[in-house]
Amino acid sequence: MSYLEYAVKTTPSGLRKVLYLNWPLVLLLTAVASVGFLMLYSVSGGSLSPWAEPQMKRFGVGLIGMFVIAMVPVWFWRNVSGVAYGLSLLLLLYVEFFGHVGMGAQRWINLGFIRLQPSELMKIALVMFLAAYYDWLPVKKVSHPLWVLIPVLIIVLPTFLVVKQPDLGTAILLLTGGGAVMFLAGVHWAYFATVISAAVGLVWAVFQSRGTDWQLIKDYQFRRIDTFLDPSQDQLGAGYHITQSKIALGSGGWTGRGYMQGTQSRLNFLPEKHTDFIFTTLAEEFGFVGSVSLLALYALIMVFCVGSAMNNQNRYASLLTLGIATTFFLFFAVNMSMVMGLAPVVGVPLPLVSYGGSAMLVLMLAFGLVQSAHIHKPR
Amino acid sequence: MRSHRNARDQQASGRRLTRRAALLGGAQLSFMGLLGWRMRHLQVDQADEFRMLAEENRINIRLIPPSRGEIFDRNGAAIASNEPAYRITIVREDAGDVDAVLTRLSQLIDLDPADIERAKAEMDRSAPFLPITLAERVSWEDVSKIAVNTPALPGITPDVGLSRFYPLAKDFAHVVGYVGPVSDYDLSKIEDPDQLLRIPRFQIGKVGLEARMEDELRGSAGTRRVEVNAVGRVMRELDRQEGQPGANLQLTTDVMLQNYVQARLGDESAAAVVIDTTNGDLLAVGSAPSFDPNLFVRGISVSDYRALTQNNHRPLAAKSVQGIYPPGSTFKMVVALAGLDEGLITPEETFWCGGYLEVANRRFHCWKRGGHGHVNMAQSLRESCDVYYYELASRVGIEKVSAMANRLGLGIRHDLPLSAVAAGLAPTKAWKKEVRGEDWLIGDTVNASIGQGFVLASPLQLAVMTARVATGRSVTPRLIKSIDGVEQPSGSGESLGLNPTHLNYVRDGMYEVSNSRKGTGYSSRIIAETMRMAGKSGTSQVRNITAAERAAGVTSNDDLPWERRDHALWVDFAPFDDPKIAVAVVVEHGGGGSSVAAPIARDITLQALYNGDPPLDAYPAKDRDRIAEQQDRLRALRPDLGQDSKSRA
Repeated sequence: MSYLEYAVKTTPSGLRKVLYLNWPLVLLLTAVASVGFLMLYSVSGGSLSPWAEPQMKRFGVGLIGMFVIAMVPVWFWRNVSGVAYGLSLLLLLYVEFFGHVGMGAQRWINLGFIRLQPSELMKIALVMFLAAYYDWLPVKKVSHPLWVLIPVLIIVLPTFLVVKQPDLGTAILLLTGGGAVMFLAGVHWAYFATVISAAVGLVWAVFQSRGTDWQLIKDYQFRRIDTFLDPSQDQLGAGYHITQSKIALGSGGWTGRGYMQGTQSRLNFLPEKHTDFIFTTLAEEFGFVGSVSLLALYALIMVFCVGSAMNNQNRYASLLTLGIATTFFLFFAVNMSMVMGLAPVVGVPLPLVSYGGSAMLVLMLAFGLVQSAHIHKPR
Repeated sequence: MRSHRNARDQQASGRRLTRRAALLGGAQLSFMGLLGWRMRHLQVDQADEFRMLAEENRINIRLIPPSRGEIFDRNGAAIASNEPAYRITIVREDAGDVDAVLTRLSQLIDLDPADIERAKAEMDRSAPFLPITLAERVSWEDVSKIAVNTPALPGITPDVGLSRFYPLAKDFAHVVGYVGPVSDYDLSKIEDPDQLLRIPRFQIGKVGLEARMEDELRGSAGTRRVEVNAVGRVMRELDRQEGQPGANLQLTTDVMLQNYVQARLGDESAAAVVIDTTNGDLLAVGSAPSFDPNLFVRGISVSDYRALTQNNHRPLAAKSVQGIYPPGSTFKMVVALAGLDEGLITPEETFWCGGYLEVANRRFHCWKRGGHGHVNMAQSLRESCDVYYYELASRVGIEKVSAMANRLGLGIRHDLPLSAVAAGLAPTKAWKKEVRGEDWLIGDTVNASIGQGFVLASPLQLAVMTARVATGRSVTPRLIKSIDGVEQPSGSGESLGLNPTHLNYVRDGMYEVSNSRKGTGYSSRIIAETMRMAGKSGTSQVRNITAAERAAGVTSNDDLPWERRDHALWVDFAPFDDPKIAVAVVVEHGGGGSSVAAPIARDITLQALYNGDPPLDAYPAKDRDRIAEQQDRLRALRPDLGQDSKSRA
């Protein structure tokens, strides 16, 4: 009987918790983030500035944040879920009303060291709050219409605010992420069938609204959909992003053009090459092998999260873990679909790889919650 | 943990969660499979296609302008050449503090403040990495000053290109014309323009030989493949393929003779053409006053341009080929030959000249008021009797006269690579009906017989006519001797099919014009035995003399305003025994042909025959002092061909 085996039987406390962290997940996250550093170093033409170095620092901060959150028992996080949601909602309202007064359609609050996007925060807070809700709600009542309406409102409220910003990408993430938690909690199939048919109807309505005075989405969003459906119609204008990113991806071939040899990104043909379109640079320089490897890293992260959730007897903990995993999945699935021309360009970053403080930090904190759930699972 | 929840409930929810988690995880995994499949499709199946598109993105083809073909005279002296033109450019991005750099630069060399303003405005409009021209045609001295101070002048680069240069300036303005930057108007005229023409400030021929021989002179563009980034900045050169330089042209003209012609015409509004009767080579094609074509290459100033267009002597017009004048009495050879060829007159037959001829109730006067009395052909040419030709033309008819004019090169356009070569006019009845809608009158024939009325000819045509009379062959003018060393067809021409005896009657008459004491050109004769010339004077009216004027006594030319004075004309060929050259001179509003045009033509003829300044004893004794002084004066205007004259043919 070793000491370790004994320890597994009890809920760890104090610094010993570090031993119970989901270490493979930490390694995977670091690996994905390192891919990001590598690519940011490449797109800036072989230089740590202006992107790679700040990104490394943020990852460091994020890692520390993750550890700190992991140390706190998961039931504490359950108890503050409502507060987190309420606070995020207030911040969303704040940028909704004051952001416009300030500078254009400003979506962030400047905290000095970081520009915080409340919508990023909301992605996690929503999952937390819904997990807490279903943890609280007796399982029998889950599919009762009234108890279904409440989480729907919880999801729709921030989604509405985000759409107004307008940030279509985040709205899709919130809606799908929230829906996934509801699905996991066991809400009846019929609700989802209804919502999906309603969504199809809504899409139809959106297209019908075009050009009328009750137009539901912005013109530029319509144009993005147009160019998604047929990028060739405007090569130098709206279709440029998709066309250039597909050229970059495709020209990578099996093994790519070699690190820092990608002509598309090096010669600035790629738009947003350090943020939303960073995957194209990876695909161009490392080819099919490189892109599939990153996909595999993401898949492994998912596997570890789902595995951790399934082994967790605590309903809140597993719902939270699966919700966060789904949100994470939505991040890279939407981003990759977007750059590969499978989805419209909606502005979703590649998680942990794209340059950007808010998304990186929030994702690391979210994985802190996953770790907390992992450490404090009932044994 | 939660006491209120029973174990069964928890178990059921746990099962359901696990089931749905597996379902969701499965859905996510299959979507990742879809992403992987899409990656494979793009990166493996379509890789070649996308790689090609990436190359197209990255590689840009830039043109390298070819060097324009140069133009030389018959002996290889440069007429149009390319010289390195230095310009100073600034790249905003490299300069950093543009104002500071410009201040330092203007302390070093002279910069036009207007140019600086223009450059600054251009900089604001264009990409920061594009070079903006600060100054053009900068001296080598200034360029070296900049080169020495490079460290203090970031972003400033002296740039060298080729620009057209006409070393002989005014002498060949009307022959070679000039080049200038391509304009939108130029482009609009050309179907499917050469890519080269899209290069900003690319020089193309605008006028004259430069314009007409543009395709030969331009050459073809080279290309260099460069890697560019998304905004078009050149990152590096991948390879280059040199273009084909334009063809060099060798002209038939002689720079020394051309210079003499231009100098001799001086400030007169005049034109002179010297043609080699043996092969049609144009030895000199002069038109005065002239202008410096280099001004146009550089971009002529508004005031200079206005001075040229408002000058009533029309310096921009190439009068030798574009100017058309009533040929006056120089047309008489045509009428005489027409009469002889039709067998309607013999050289011995005489007409009575009483000072005028009455035709259709109108009096047509001879220039000699008292009349010439009985006049035969030789006499009619020598003394330029008008009434003789009134009678003769009436007998021959306008159709035959015009047909002969065409045979001798009048009224037809000679195909020379020059701008707006005039066709002149040898009128016919059909022509008048068609153009004027009127019937031909006998008076029209009478007027045409002395080269007035509808008849019009350019100095070039008059020279060709004279060459044809001198040789009996259909001499055709030729301006380009060779293109890139390939000799062009000679213009010696076939026989005109005229009776040599008839031609000799006319030539003899012309010989007497110059060499008989009674000849109108006697005072401008050539003494040298082997160089004797045969000529014909012409004085053509540009106004109608009214009956009232005639009654009051014809106003002397000198009392008239310049624009209304007579044109002075002269044609000749020489040497008489073995014709080598033919010359035509027209002095617009110069007055009498024999007094104004003949001396100029005689000097040009001698200059051409002696291939330089002729000995003074070729001139009549009384003229020699004046000629010596004139030779000294004109010699000072001669170009120094010291280095340029090295033979390149």
